[in-house]
Amino acid sequence: MKKILIALFSASVLLTSASSFSGENDIATLRQNTPIDSQKEPKKMTKVVNSDIKQKRNYPMQPPLIPHTIRDYEVDLKVNKCVSCHSRNRTEESQAPMVSVTHFMDRDGNFLAEVSPRRYFCSQCHVTQENAKPLVENTFVDMNTILMSKDKTPAKH
Amino acid sequence: MKNLIINAWKTIAKPSVHYSLGFLTLGGFIAGVIFWGGFNTALEVSNTEEFCISCHEMENNVYEELKTTIHFSNRSGVRATCPDCHVPHKWTDKIARKMQASKEVWGKIFGTINTREKFESKRRELAEHEWARLKANNSLECRNCHDFDYMDFTAQSGRASKQHSTSLASGEKTCIDCHKGIAHELPDMSGVEGW
Repeated sequence: MKKILIALFSASVLLTSASSFSGENDIATLRQNTPIDSQKEPKKMTKVVNSDIKQKRNYPMQPPLIPHTIRDYEVDLKVNKCVSCHSRNRTEESQAPMVSVTHFMDRDGNFLAEVSPRRYFCSQCHVTQENAKPLVENTFVDMNTILMSKDKTPAKH
Repeated sequence: MKNLIINAWKTIAKPSVHYSLGFLTLGGFIAGVIFWGGFNTALEVSNTEEFCISCHEMENNVYEELKTTIHFSNRSGVRATCPDCHVPHKWTDKIARKMQASKEVWGKIFGTINTREKFESKRRELAEHEWARLKANNSLECRNCHDFDYMDFTAQSGRASKQHSTSLASGEKTCIDCHKGIAHELPDMSGVEGW
């Protein structure tokens, strides 16, 4: 009796593990089912867009994208390279957009004289772009497009 | 003391008794060549990166910081070594800089920057020395490679070409005014012009 139970139990374990393995293959990963012990041929690296042209935001709250290279830009306790052009004092000479005023607020909504420590590390939100094909499909539609398509379809009342 | 100097002068002023004029002039010439060659070779050895990073102060701080920058690793494989930027190429300037460097030997012996903490606390001062030097000589060490006359503004990004064709071209600014921290980490920049 005991042996039968053990046999049944191990069979069920085998079955479930087999099914979970086959299930894993259906999930789209960036590794594209490359066996775990081998290395996938990496994609060619692309260059950072360095056009200095402002890009449209996909939604109003999106942090603006960085339209230039930021290689070796130092942002640490000692110094913030980004702010050397984007701070309030520097924008006249640099003609760079000023750090938005929301960055001067602490978490209680008080405006500070300088960029608040919680907004100090620029690349936590602001990123550069590369001329690369998206690695996974993206079906994001911007809200104006949704509103426009709603306008066209007659409302059902 | 006075007698000693007078005796020495008398010996030098007397004509040679044992050696021929030919031996003395040729011998002097050869000895001069060996001395000068040796001096210059020693000078050049102290002008290599291996020499600089044989001290851990240089290897663990500034050399490590250089490694990630464009002056160490880039598409064409041309790279700058320590002396390319930190030692003048002209002989007289080089000797002057080498004399100043005796202070660095002092620092090495007494360990003024022998830990990362000591180095960090001195970083602003050391950086200011280099900024002052490059400002004073119109960024000469940059210009040994980056010659303004051969810059192709069309190959530069919009921002770069604008700044190089105005402020740099007019001589109002020099390389170091904008390109501080191009090869090493920056110190605390509070109070520095343009930051």
